Amino acid sequence: MSNTEMTAEAEIGFVLSRRMGLTGAVAATLAAFFAPGFKAAHADGAMVMADAAAYPSAAFAQKTQDAAVKAMFNMTATASDQITLDAPDIAENGAVVPVSVSTALPGVTAIAILALGNPNTIAAAYQLPAGTKSAVSSRIKLAKTTDVVALVQAGGKLYSVSKNVKVTLGGCGG
Amino acid sequence: MILSRRSLIASAGAVSLAPSALAAAGMYDVPFKANARILHITDTHAQANPVQFREPSVNLGIGKAMGRPPHLVGEAFLKYFDIPANGAKAHAFTFMDFERAAHRYGPMGGFAHLKTLIDQLRAQAGTGKTLLLDGGDLTQGSGVANLTGGKDMIALANILGTDALTGHWEFTYGEDGLHALIAAFKGQFIAQNVFLTDDAAFAGKPAFDTASLHVFAPFTIRECGGFQVGIVGQAFPYVPIAHPSRFVPDWTFGIHPDTMQKTVDDLRNNHKVDAVILLSHNGMDTDLALAAQVRGIDIILGGHTHDAVPVPQIVKNAGGRTIVTNAGSAGKFVAVLDLSLAKGALKGLNYTLLPVYSHEIKPDAAMAAEIAKWRAPHKAMLEEPLAEVETLLYRRGNFTGTMDQMICNALRQELDAEIVLSPGFRWGNTVMPGDKITMEDVLSETAITYGDVYVQNMTGAAIKAAMEDVCDNLFNPDPYYQQGGDMVRVGGMNYACTPGQTIGNRISEMTLSNGQSIDAAKTYKVAGWASVAQPQNTQPVWDVVANYLRSAKTVRIDKPNVTKLIGVGQNPGYAA
Repeated sequence: MSNTEMTAEAEIGFVLSRRMGLTGAVAATLAAFFAPGFKAAHADGAMVMADAAAYPSAAFAQKTQDAAVKAMFNMTATASDQITLDAPDIAENGAVVPVSVSTALPGVTAIAILALGNPNTIAAAYQLPAGTKSAVSSRIKLAKTTDVVALVQAGGKLYSVSKNVKVTLGGCGG
Repeated sequence: MILSRRSLIASAGAVSLAPSALAAAGMYDVPFKANARILHITDTHAQANPVQFREPSVNLGIGKAMGRPPHLVGEAFLKYFDIPANGAKAHAFTFMDFERAAHRYGPMGGFAHLKTLIDQLRAQAGTGKTLLLDGGDLTQGSGVANLTGGKDMIALANILGTDALTGHWEFTYGEDGLHALIAAFKGQFIAQNVFLTDDAAFAGKPAFDTASLHVFAPFTIRECGGFQVGIVGQAFPYVPIAHPSRFVPDWTFGIHPDTMQKTVDDLRNNHKVDAVILLSHNGMDTDLALAAQVRGIDIILGGHTHDAVPVPQIVKNAGGRTIVTNAGSAGKFVAVLDLSLAKGALKGLNYTLLPVYSHEIKPDAAMAAEIAKWRAPHKAMLEEPLAEVETLLYRRGNFTGTMDQMICNALRQELDAEIVLSPGFRWGNTVMPGDKITMEDVLSETAITYGDVYVQNMTGAAIKAAMEDVCDNLFNPDPYYQQGGDMVRVGGMNYACTPGQTIGNRISEMTLSNGQSIDAAKTYKVAGWASVAQPQNTQPVWDVVANYLRSAKTVRIDKPNVTKLIGVGQNPGYAA
């Protein structure tokens, strides 16, 4: 696939707002679509889309935050107050939890969403071509109450913010 | 800002008169020395007629909330708020000496009495100087409301002259049911925290604002005493979690401090209002946390947690300060807020939480007739006496109440279960010893739109997990993760609770009533009601309880089940 095609996909993707978001299934596809670039991007520090053979399947299979971040980005993240992570305090439905990540940080090249309590830590990862608005929105499945972490790669550095999302059986609401 | 704890106590203290002289001494004369008067009622739970309602003897605050309003009961409550013991006011605000005081002061609330009182408070302030705001849970909690889909209470609110309303149980009538109530309501239904889901927006479902996706108007602006008052609505944030989500498939909730801030900024910067008031159904702990986070709200008028707090709390935040109130439940109280306003600023507040002693107020005839009209088709059913009551039956409290113990006993026997789980709702009236418990009483404890009973097999581990889940809704140290109900009531078993622990570690020492330990791996037959899963298509719980009462003929709860508390120590939210 060519870079042009990828850019077109990205534009479709980032027209999305919180309200007019994709379905979870489409968002997942989009994430997979973008995923190939990650290894290449960090390897040569540029927005280069690699072929499907470079899909970072190892990163998506990691079970811990440290291992997943290392496999995906090969760097460590520092906490940042420049990232907005919009996720519910208590999930209305743990199977489809809306999560939005946006940031005003300059030079954003990638955004990833991690669910630390899930069997596989990385729920979604996006590569952002230059000129793309730094905002993604997806719906992720949560196995249980967990911290959800947003990672933003910008200017060759990795930043993170975290929020606890409660998954409850429900009932007994007064 | 002329506002201190002492001045507020002084104003609240204006009603502490000798009961024999209540009406004669003009206990309901609240002199108006301000620009605008706001009247606030909340969580009346469809109690059209006066009721007995015992305030809790256990309302624990854990961690930062320990000893802080609203987590005070009994003597600690009276001491903190400087209320004399044994008087009318002590009866209204606490559980103390409930039976004796309930006989002496009579039932409380009732919409015909509220109508007389509210009209008098309006007359004192003068034309165009009052607003009446209802914080929600108006339309659920009685047999008549359940049978009419809440329409009876909207009719009463229209006579009362309610200007704005937000919601909680209103949503359990379903999206169409709530739209019908709003269509009949002469005031404005407001909620800044209810949005169309992505799918519903895509499908073009109706919304107040198709850009912001607010399903309802987030606020209303009313002129009051020559000033512009912005009133923002905050519905109960966890409707699809605490109740079956099938009632609100197109709507998504949450606390949304971000959109709250934007709404407040919009009111101040663009609409140039003189005061911003939040009509909230968050619950008091959540309101206190929100007040610290959001700038620019003058007053949060709180409900949901049914806390009758006589003195408002003042919370500092980046924008200055926000005053937080909570106005009790069941129609027992009317909050009177006299606002001293200047252009764009609240300069002073005089707050009085008036207890509504029905014996001291002449009921409004037109309202009484309307109540009777809605009740008439169901009168025979409602007034059926089911059993003689020998000991006080009440619900409210963090862990248990004698009414719920009776309900658990009923389900255990009628459904032949080993263990019963019954929801810890905070509404539900009190029935006095010597009275007969009627079908109306049973419905005032159970009337919901998903009241079918269930019987299922659960392992000991699953029972513990369910209890841990509910307990975290009550005691999570972050109020944004609480839902505002009390602990699930249990029948046929006992347990210990460590509120200061984390989820998974609070519930211990689970035993059957016979003393046998509950085995995590063993399966037990569990009965309950108010499941948030799919419709049960079984008997409604009120029929099961009524059958039990008819055959039992008397109700006597001699030895209330007491949850063993660990690590609570001398908590002012606990009275033995």
